[in-house]
Amino acid sequence: MTVTVMKWAVVALVLAAFPARAEIAIQNVTSPGGITAWLVEDHNIPFTALEIRFRGGTSLDLPGSRGAVNLMAATLEEGAGALDAQGFAEARDALAAGFGFSAGQDSIGVSARFLTENRDAAIDLLRSALIEPRFDEDAVERVKGLILAGLASDAQDPGVLAMRRFDEMAFAGHPYGSAGEGTPDSVAALTRADVLDAHKATMTRDRVYVAAAGDISVAELGPLLDRLLGDLPAVGRQMPAVAGWHLGGGVTVVDYPSPQSVILFGQEGLRLDDPDFFAAFILNEVLGGERFSARLMTELREKRGLTYGVSSFLAPMDFAQAYMGQMGTANATVAQSIALIRQEWQRLATEGITAEELAATKTYMTGSYPLRFDGNSEIADILVGLQMDGLPIDYPATRNARVEAVTLDDVKRVAARLFQPDKLHFVVVGQPEGVDSADRQGSEGVPAP
Amino acid sequence: MIRMLRSAFVLLSLASPALAETVTDFTLPNGLQVVVIEDHRAPVVVHMVWYRVGAADEPPGHSGIAHFLEHLMFKGTDEVPSGKFSEIVQAQGGSDNAFTSWDYTAYFQRVAADRLDLVMKLEADRMRDLRLTQEDVVTERAVILEERTTRTDSDPGALFGEQAQAAQYLNHPYGIPIIGWRHEIEQLDRDDALAFYRRFYAPNNAVLVVAGDVTPDEVKRLAERHYGPLAPTEGLPPRIRPSEPPQLAERRLSMADPRVAQPYVVRSYLAPERNSGAQDKAAALTILAYLLGGSGTTSVLARKLTFDTQTAVYASAFYSGDTLDTGTFGLIVAPAPGVSLPQAEAAMDEAIAQFLKDGVDPAALDRMKTQIRAEQIYADDNTSALANLYGEALAIGLTVADVQAWPDVLQAVTAEDVMAAAQEVLDRRTAVTGYLEAAGEQGQ
Repeated sequence: MTVTVMKWAVVALVLAAFPARAEIAIQNVTSPGGITAWLVEDHNIPFTALEIRFRGGTSLDLPGSRGAVNLMAATLEEGAGALDAQGFAEARDALAAGFGFSAGQDSIGVSARFLTENRDAAIDLLRSALIEPRFDEDAVERVKGLILAGLASDAQDPGVLAMRRFDEMAFAGHPYGSAGEGTPDSVAALTRADVLDAHKATMTRDRVYVAAAGDISVAELGPLLDRLLGDLPAVGRQMPAVAGWHLGGGVTVVDYPSPQSVILFGQEGLRLDDPDFFAAFILNEVLGGERFSARLMTELREKRGLTYGVSSFLAPMDFAQAYMGQMGTANATVAQSIALIRQEWQRLATEGITAEELAATKTYMTGSYPLRFDGNSEIADILVGLQMDGLPIDYPATRNARVEAVTLDDVKRVAARLFQPDKLHFVVVGQPEGVDSADRQGSEGVPAP
Repeated sequence: MIRMLRSAFVLLSLASPALAETVTDFTLPNGLQVVVIEDHRAPVVVHMVWYRVGAADEPPGHSGIAHFLEHLMFKGTDEVPSGKFSEIVQAQGGSDNAFTSWDYTAYFQRVAADRLDLVMKLEADRMRDLRLTQEDVVTERAVILEERTTRTDSDPGALFGEQAQAAQYLNHPYGIPIIGWRHEIEQLDRDDALAFYRRFYAPNNAVLVVAGDVTPDEVKRLAERHYGPLAPTEGLPPRIRPSEPPQLAERRLSMADPRVAQPYVVRSYLAPERNSGAQDKAAALTILAYLLGGSGTTSVLARKLTFDTQTAVYASAFYSGDTLDTGTFGLIVAPAPGVSLPQAEAAMDEAIAQFLKDGVDPAALDRMKTQIRAEQIYADDNTSALANLYGEALAIGLTVADVQAWPDVLQAVTAEDVMAAAQEVLDRRTAVTGYLEAAGEQGQ
């Protein structure tokens, strides 16, 4: 599925908030050319972390060229302007700058860090990768080779196989229903023209989000934004439609020779801007969240030793929303594990959580808030995520109050709405004993709430 | 919960200590060594205890006991009920975990700075007062067997790495997997765990690292209160493991598995480890690994195998020398479609032979030294990584001074040093070469 770990991280960050330290403040910067960014100044260490996102990501692939956006992002660093791939890498290393380029289903990500003493040169080099990447034929072919090798490995990875099957069923007919990397066939067919096209269509000023943290001032950041991003095209490709949810309850088995089965389970989730989202987040924290004491870990690992790890997470995406979980267990204990997960799903739907669980989860969520903001790179990453999620700049200051405001009645009501045991679908990749595919999902799908 | 360090391929790191002079260390009368790293940017603290004991210190036939004990440490003590340790930390908004290597076992918590007293109390409590029930032990053994299935038995690359490591070490326990061989894990019991615990978990066999928004005075006061009263283990012997005999014959292995999608060849050599006061050779090997395979674009192997020719989709090098005993140096090549493993190996050998003839590219060495300097600045941004750096170093017999000297030792490495290290280590007679391939391709 395209509900990836990366997306999970974004959700966790959304619910993060800010340390109660007045000297850390988020500033809204608007460049002379009209590009906005959020900035946390910290002049303790002479470097800056910069995070840029372009909304859309691999979901903007055109039909017939699946994987083009991913290939484009992976080739950005393989030569730009006057520099070929090796020249670019040498120039970057000589500046001791670090650049990262990635493509997710909802965004393209650009991460950078650079020393204050090399800032101008580092920004010029990064600008060349963003504005005038060469996409040389040999570089495109080399990166295609790497992507194809990755796809071949994915085809033998039970965790990836489970995600792919889940996505195909839940998001049929939408880009979310297939891998953003493409298929071996679609990637093999991609040309340099597809890559150039993907670049023009996805990295544009109408969908860019920026955050910076570190040794840079408002006055310095503004002109830098214009230099870095001002020459990008103004407008890009139209966003995809909403994906819907086309999967009902049941079990799907994908045969795979392994002593252990991977179990991926899920149902439709909630939108990030749903008024019930905080209550749902608290409920999930109790069921299968980060803490070791979560109900699923207690029932499956601590009491019965069935698994090394089991977890669940809400995954609101731009064009769909999922509620997912995963675990691995020996083939002989798959049936027992599925029964226990269903039982916990049902227990939450009918009983909700206790006042003690609610209180402990609030303490955890509000207490862990300052721990997330402990470095320039972390802060820049969080701030760009908040902007992507459409949250206000004062969100970190108000977030804990939103957590505290959730009542036991709220979680009880939301539990009955969220947890739908008969809609929970399990994809099992392995050779589970006593478990057969019993798909009850049909193409009619499940209406959105 | 519980990660394991040092999988088959270790990422190359230029890990550097911070530039700022913010590190303080002292030792309590009971032998507990303490390192304090100050970072007052955020009200957060990382609290770690590193025990100088790991999988390579296990009694023969009981592989996995160090890692199993690491899991069992999250059960109860005389004061904390079973399974409540993490719950208490997390109720404060904190996170906690632990990991096991061949040379050490470490436990850590990350909490708001004003909760340091609480986590220190909890960690000190379980250093000497662990209580294990038979039920806890039996259930947790099922968990680590599942962990082994998840991490190793379900992954042909991990199984192959385990076999290659076993082939590399004939006599030294680095040849035994950290998680343990399955048939031995199945036999581990409560007595094994408690015997190992009582002997090795003691203040005079541990390093405490506290990093973040704290002062050395405050840490000292708290450490004296919580760890100070704990009794040391008397008569702990020096950590002398069985050592390797001279390797006289190259070793080769091949494994085929239907789950392998991308075949590869891996070559590893025994290599000298980093030693206190004598880090020069390890520094030269660190730079050698970087120059040979540290970049997918500009390294020697990348240029020769993925740019000048299309022999490989991926080529890399690694050096694992942050170890108590002899480490390894290695090369990995994943051939391009249509290239066989013997062809890939031959191309790799040719690239190495050419490098031994041509020597170091001075521009590449300069770029690397620029990056080493920069890494000292970037390192200040990640307090947890700094805590790891000091904790690991002290657990493998290095000192605070060694850690702080490391960037200068790296800077002092010359092209001649790199080539001398290469000539010494890259010797086929002390090599292990392994092929991992898809089933049905074996013996091509």
